[in-house]
Amino acid sequence: MDILGIPLPAILSQLLLGLVNGSFYAMLSLGLAVIFGLLNVINFAHGAMFMMGAMATWMGLTYLDLSYWTMLWVAPLLVGLVGVAIEKSMLQWLYKLDHLYGLLLTFGITLMLEGIFRSIYGSSGLSYSVPEGLQGASDLGFMVLPVYRTWVVVASLVVCFATWFVIEKTKLGAYLRAGTENPRLVEAFGVNVPLMVTLTYGFGVALAAFAGVLAAPVYQVAPLMGSNLIIVVFAVVVIGGMGSIMGSILTGLGLGVIEGFTKVFYPEASSTVVFIIMALVLWVRPAGLFGKEK
Amino acid sequence: MGKIILYTILLLAGLAAPLAVYPVFMMKLLCFALFACAFNLLIGYTGLLSFGHAAFLGGAGYVAGYLMRDKGWSPELGVLAGTVFAALMAWLMGSLAIRRQGIYFTMITLSLSQMLYFLWLQAPFTGGEDGLQGIPRGHLWGMVDLSNDLNLYYTVLGIFLFGFWLIHRTIHSPFGHVLRAIKDNEARTISLGYDVNRFKLLVFVLSGALAGMAGATKVLVLGFETLTDAHWSTSGLVVLMTLVGGLGTVTGPILGAFFIVILENKMGEIGMAISRASGVEWFATLGESVTIVTGLIFVICVLMFRRGMVGEWLHRASVKGSP
Repeated sequence: MDILGIPLPAILSQLLLGLVNGSFYAMLSLGLAVIFGLLNVINFAHGAMFMMGAMATWMGLTYLDLSYWTMLWVAPLLVGLVGVAIEKSMLQWLYKLDHLYGLLLTFGITLMLEGIFRSIYGSSGLSYSVPEGLQGASDLGFMVLPVYRTWVVVASLVVCFATWFVIEKTKLGAYLRAGTENPRLVEAFGVNVPLMVTLTYGFGVALAAFAGVLAAPVYQVAPLMGSNLIIVVFAVVVIGGMGSIMGSILTGLGLGVIEGFTKVFYPEASSTVVFIIMALVLWVRPAGLFGKEK
Repeated sequence: MGKIILYTILLLAGLAAPLAVYPVFMMKLLCFALFACAFNLLIGYTGLLSFGHAAFLGGAGYVAGYLMRDKGWSPELGVLAGTVFAALMAWLMGSLAIRRQGIYFTMITLSLSQMLYFLWLQAPFTGGEDGLQGIPRGHLWGMVDLSNDLNLYYTVLGIFLFGFWLIHRTIHSPFGHVLRAIKDNEARTISLGYDVNRFKLLVFVLSGALAGMAGATKVLVLGFETLTDAHWSTSGLVVLMTLVGGLGTVTGPILGAFFIVILENKMGEIGMAISRASGVEWFATLGESVTIVTGLIFVICVLMFRRGMVGEWLHRASVKGSP
């Protein structure tokens, strides 16, 4: 069966690849939104944290013989601790200033982290093979389904929806949302807001690192893998608006799928399609798909 | 009075510089200084942080380079065409970006410039990864031979001075005062009856056009144009130049641009020296990882040195002046 002269299995496999990219967009933009909500900082270093997650996975296997499954929780934990250190030592001094200083600080941190990794490993990619148990593909008859890619989509969806559940439906999430609305009032009620802010940054960053671990066998592990991704994620955030958790997840996944389809039907535009959609959305609905007009 | 003396000294230094410094390097410094001054018009005086100014530097460079090499345009027309093209890009980018405020504005400019980066990468006339090579300098007005470094130097100095004068004039005009009002309190400026978006768009176009002029001039000087100029890291670099020199100061961005470009050029030597002095071999490779140092300067500036060099100096002078 062909659609516009392209065989269906090819389209479906690009769709799956689009979903994989989309789940990375979703996880990264979710982390950005949570951090922005409480800290009022756009975390440019999010891409570098994603890269560090993937790098840590590779280093764990190469130097310490730690398996993928161990690194799946160790890498986010380590990167989360790095995030806590960054927030405690640098970011926390900037909250009273203009937003732009937070962006500039995290941009500087990104340059340093990427530079350090590049001076050790060079710019070319390191390959990380698909872990045992997730190799191969299952034949569904109408398409071949690579197991690892399916796992990436499922794992990120579970993590995204768990995050949504915690923030929207639990008491902890209620504190967090209240802190986003009015931190001083929440502090007056006896909640330790500075601690909450630190942990939120650590969590957002750990989410990026988790995405990085998932990405290690899909992409080449390279020091610069995060920075190109993060710019696309910025566009995703502009399209979706940062006000809604569910909005971030859906926008991320949707744009990944659209990008996947573009790769099939008009490959030349696949690297620019997200930006073009951003321009269109800004034209028609400046506040973003899920944003509120202020 | 003090200002006039300062500007006279700077002008004389500019005129005499080729005696002491390699002219091509000096011209490169001037191009980046103009780039940073143009950028400062937005962040320093209007409070808009654009993270997409590389698009104008690179875009104008490509257009000017293409027209001068493949279409045989004269240098003055090439630079003019590059500038006009950058103004057009700035108009398109600006009219989208000003639809959102604050940090979103920054993300939109960054995204749009990344889109243009991919366009340059794929466009048939830019030479992709190799860039545009072998762009001739030609003759200015058909008479002055620009392949002579000194002739070119004074042309570039003229372009820089024109750009600097225009920025200076803009800042101190009624238009510039409205810009500062937008920076201080946008809502209040709107309620005073100003069409804020119009002002923002105009200053964005002016800033983009001047950044483009710097890019087109740079192509004329170096004779090639590569993707580096259009890359987001260049957008970051111009932010750093302005930040180091002093946001919202007239001469700060010039000083900042000089500091950063010289630092980038000398990093290898500095690293070697540190390596010899400290015995740590790793420092010798510092020349290849300049980004570690630029990143560190970024962090230090944001945390402890937000006024920048000129800003700090002005601040100290004013504190001393008013006991």
